[in-house]
Amino acid sequence: MRIVHYLNQFFGQVGAEDKAGTEPLVKDGPVGPGVLFQELLGPEARIVATIVCGDNYFVEHIDEATERVLAMITDYGADFVLAGPAFNAGRYGIACGAICAAVMNRLGIPAVTGMFPENPGVESFRKAIYIVETKGTTAGMRDGAAKMSRLALKLAKGEPIGSPEEEGYIPRGLRSNYFAPETGASRAVTMLLKKLKGEPFVTEYPMPVFDRVTPLPPVKKMSEITLALITTGGIVPRGNPDRMESSSATRYGKYAIGAFQGLTAKSHETVHGGYDPTYANEDPNRVLPLDVLRDLEREGVINALYPYYYATVGNGTSVARAVQFAREIAKDLISDGVQAVIITST
Amino acid sequence: MAKEIERAGIPTVHICTVVPISRTVGANRIVPAIAIPYPLGNPAKSNKEEKLLRRALVEKALRALETKIEEQTVF
Repeated sequence: MRIVHYLNQFFGQVGAEDKAGTEPLVKDGPVGPGVLFQELLGPEARIVATIVCGDNYFVEHIDEATERVLAMITDYGADFVLAGPAFNAGRYGIACGAICAAVMNRLGIPAVTGMFPENPGVESFRKAIYIVETKGTTAGMRDGAAKMSRLALKLAKGEPIGSPEEEGYIPRGLRSNYFAPETGASRAVTMLLKKLKGEPFVTEYPMPVFDRVTPLPPVKKMSEITLALITTGGIVPRGNPDRMESSSATRYGKYAIGAFQGLTAKSHETVHGGYDPTYANEDPNRVLPLDVLRDLEREGVINALYPYYYATVGNGTSVARAVQFAREIAKDLISDGVQAVIITST
Repeated sequence: MAKEIERAGIPTVHICTVVPISRTVGANRIVPAIAIPYPLGNPAKSNKEEKLLRRALVEKALRALETKIEEQTVF
């Protein structure tokens, strides 16, 4: 069996964030984690090529990049495709998900990827494709690769695929028939008795969780409100006084901007470790548009800009932390009478 | 964060490059940005043109905040 493996620029050994704009390219045989996959797959399957694409290039040109990668996969006559694993890397997860979905739908061959459950690629693609659950970091490489290889071989051979728990993939929301030793009525009563006794039980039909917030009514008069700025792009005063982490943030910063008409390379910089900092360091307004908001404030388009901004880094930061930051920030803003917020993300 | 600030009661607009991520995490008002390393700029342009580009994006974000929406909307 012939396999094509998809990797980002980092795992594909092209480079770090400065190479995130790399367009799709092909390397012969396995590369980086592909060597481990080849070992796990054994002699019946061979990684014939590795396609590498920069994370920024992919997510900034999703349709075009998908087409180009699909064409490369077709050229190599792949029997199945492996992508990633992407762990908790958001852009990489979106890329792996988009490629696997396109491979399955358009080429009609199996594709498997791996991600940490909080990766945004999971919510976007879990119903369409098989995503093996991995840890948030590369510490989960071997375990993730083993599950991905096993599942991919089964799919390629047309063997029956077990439940998400058995195979290690993230539930796709599909239901399949099976013969249960007990009837539904007796299983339901057993479950109810356990529930009444306070014992643990496993539901057979988990309810989907839709965590959506109803949109608030619009701002009525922009010229009468105070607006605040928040960024997940890691813009901090030069020298990073709060020692904010460059990824997986455990904190956010609140920084005074009352005395600034705009940000400069001298006053501010980015600590974000998930993108090439060259352009943000050159002109931090490219991430936190203070210069323009000062103009709009002067012209009366908004009444006032809140004299502080908040910053953190969004890469690898857990959802729970982000929620906690946002709740604390919102409390602050509400008590100071802020009526609208712009969040910028890289 | 956009979702949580909005949940707390302040209308929020998210200017971001990777729109699918913003959709997934549940921002309600989304304005697509330029590129990951410079969401509100473009180093290929002159300073003046770049600032005009940034202003256009921020103005679009303000219009998004002034627009009544029923569901998640990309402006």
